[in-house]
Amino acid sequence: MALPNTLTSSLARLRPARGGHRLSTTRPKAPAPTYASGKPNPLAHLSPDQIERIGAELDEIRQEVLDSRGERDANYIRRLIRVQRSLELVSRTVLLFSKYWPAWVVGTTGLSLSKILENMEIGHNVLHGQWDWMRDPKVHSTSWQWDMASPSAQWQQAHNVQHHTFTNVLGKDEDLGFNILRVDPAQKWEPGNLVQPLTNLLNAVFFQYGVAIHDLGTPALKRGERDRATYLADLRTMLKKAGRHAFRDYVAHPAVSGPSAVPTLLANATANLVRNLWAHTVIFCGHLPSGVETFEVEAIDDETRGEWYVRQMLGSGNISGGPMMHLMTGNLSYQIEHHLFPDLPSNRYAEVAPRVQALMERYGLRYVSGPLYKQAASAWGKVFRYSLPNRGQRRATLRRLARRVLPRVRVPESRMLPA
Amino acid sequence: MAFTAQRDSRPTLQRTIRDSARSLARLITTPLSPGDYLDLFLPLRAGAPLRGRVVAVRPETEDATTVTILTGRGWRGHLPGQYLRIGVDVDGVRLWRSYSITSPPTRHDRLISITVRAIPDGVVSNHILRQLTPGTLLMLDQAVGFFTQPDPLPAKVLFLTAGSGLTPVMGMLRSYRFPDAVLVHSAPTPERMMFREELHRMVADGRLTLVERFTDDAGVLPAGEVGTVVPDWRKRQTWACGPAPLLNDAEQHWAEAGIADRLHVERFHVQLVVEGAGGEAHFTRSDVRTHGEAAEPLLDAGEDAGVLMPSGCRMGICFGCVAPLTDGSVRDLRTGDIVTATSDEAVLIQTCVSAAAGSCSIDL
Repeated sequence: MALPNTLTSSLARLRPARGGHRLSTTRPKAPAPTYASGKPNPLAHLSPDQIERIGAELDEIRQEVLDSRGERDANYIRRLIRVQRSLELVSRTVLLFSKYWPAWVVGTTGLSLSKILENMEIGHNVLHGQWDWMRDPKVHSTSWQWDMASPSAQWQQAHNVQHHTFTNVLGKDEDLGFNILRVDPAQKWEPGNLVQPLTNLLNAVFFQYGVAIHDLGTPALKRGERDRATYLADLRTMLKKAGRHAFRDYVAHPAVSGPSAVPTLLANATANLVRNLWAHTVIFCGHLPSGVETFEVEAIDDETRGEWYVRQMLGSGNISGGPMMHLMTGNLSYQIEHHLFPDLPSNRYAEVAPRVQALMERYGLRYVSGPLYKQAASAWGKVFRYSLPNRGQRRATLRRLARRVLPRVRVPESRMLPA
Repeated sequence: MAFTAQRDSRPTLQRTIRDSARSLARLITTPLSPGDYLDLFLPLRAGAPLRGRVVAVRPETEDATTVTILTGRGWRGHLPGQYLRIGVDVDGVRLWRSYSITSPPTRHDRLISITVRAIPDGVVSNHILRQLTPGTLLMLDQAVGFFTQPDPLPAKVLFLTAGSGLTPVMGMLRSYRFPDAVLVHSAPTPERMMFREELHRMVADGRLTLVERFTDDAGVLPAGEVGTVVPDWRKRQTWACGPAPLLNDAEQHWAEAGIADRLHVERFHVQLVVEGAGGEAHFTRSDVRTHGEAAEPLLDAGEDAGVLMPSGCRMGICFGCVAPLTDGSVRDLRTGDIVTATSDEAVLIQTCVSAAAGSCSIDL
């Protein structure tokens, strides 16, 4: 038995806005043309009615997928898990003989692919709860552990809660530039930003550790929003997991390989590197390429479900490509669809994508999409561009810096030569 | 040295080697376990979570079917009359139900059979009847239940059954040679009575006295009239299994005769769901009871009542608030769908988008 559609189409409207549910009950306000800071509001051309209609249409698409979710989807994820584990098993076995170079090449390729599949299409999506509906305790967001240094629970808190709720809201979404890069003119420039292309390259190379450190939420600790004891406990859990994984790849497997120990170690390091670079590139393309919007904190005051949907659509960008590209990116190539429906099975994003695109075009919203190289270049472009202060503010920024630095280098009077 | 005192548990060389091999295996397979890889090839091996593979599906009547299952190596066997929980994936969703084992215990092979009757709108029973194919993997639990025979067997027994209540009794009749057994069974029609031919063969062999009652013509035999078909019913140890009215009736009749201790009853758990708008939410671990409104997420209801609720995005996307619903029903506020826990399985729900639909228990 179902509630009348008007009641259920949006949970938001059922609930008073008190501390409980984050989405407000009110109808959306008429969007202001600009934020208080003067930054243009990307929702400005939409009327409250249009925003609500977008919400209802997306709820409908979501419901259709939920209604048709079944055995076909369950078979998809189970088969994929079998394929990935078999690939890993075979690759690791081949690497036992990696002192022969063909074995090294085959094993390293296989292990890299296996790690990418495990992280992207399986791990990320299982940890989103996309497969919880199967009620299989072995494929469930509460029990899954993945081949990443960041423990599942910590990643879920940082990613599912912070990033997916506050997507691209400046100052709130800590995934925006991973909190270490300046990627928007509205972000304050610091001298450290000068070397951010290098920082980003290092982050890409050591991505799994970058993610793990990011997920600890150190800035929140510094702001006093995070309890020190739980922070330290999380740190210990993370270090223990990262240590176990490093031991597995750089000690245990090489030791088992005997005469092939060194080639195996190099193969594992290569596979981790390939996975790191790939994951970083895909994730980097999700919210940074040009055309993707950022928002100010005002955007989430009393945000309705419709407004939240619009923000997710405008704050994400897709990667175009064939089925293999979608599989290897864990369907994050459908970043827009993923952000609208983070808990729908990833294998269904492809079929809702044309409808989401049509909807966005109907409402004059830009559906950002492009091939991987183009999106990556565009995102990297931002990293370079915003490593310098905004044009027109450079002189002022230098003066601000000079005032901050100069007093420290003033020569003490005692050292001054007598007149 | 400190551990010489515990000489008994001192590791033998064999055990040391085995333990080291195990921890090495765990190290090289982290974050998974070696079992996760072995499951690819050997899902029924010893040490795996208990599973079974369907080896045969054979129709029994038009609405009942017998499924033969090869159990995993961890199967510890069963006593005639016991049942087991089976987890079946229906439309991709794992659902658990209990079924009586109808096959006799065997020492060497690990085959068991269950007989399932389709109940109207029964999701699992209809799936088993119409979709289940040999080769399918099932999740299993060990056999349980106290609806069993004593050792030695009683001199005189009476079985009082109706419908699929015959299944545990069939397990007993196939396993034991009773000195003197009477079965009083009610079925809708002769065609829809399961195991009819086999029971008639047992009668021909002199192993059983059978009283059939076809309810489409005559209605269910009231327990009070059991004396008209089995005059010495008071002297018999009786095992009764079937719909609740029959069992309630029997319990009353046996109690009135002062021989309640001679009646053994097996109830198939019937879940009566009272679906309401809102209801009492019981947070079992915190032992807090509170009223949940029809449109109030259980997360809020729990927090307001002071329960330490895990939470996340509060809008149904992050799955940070997932908790087991162990009893009762909740409504998914996004879809209006009712989710119900049964005694066989807890259901994990997102408390931030679920409201009480009648009374419900949450394991928090």
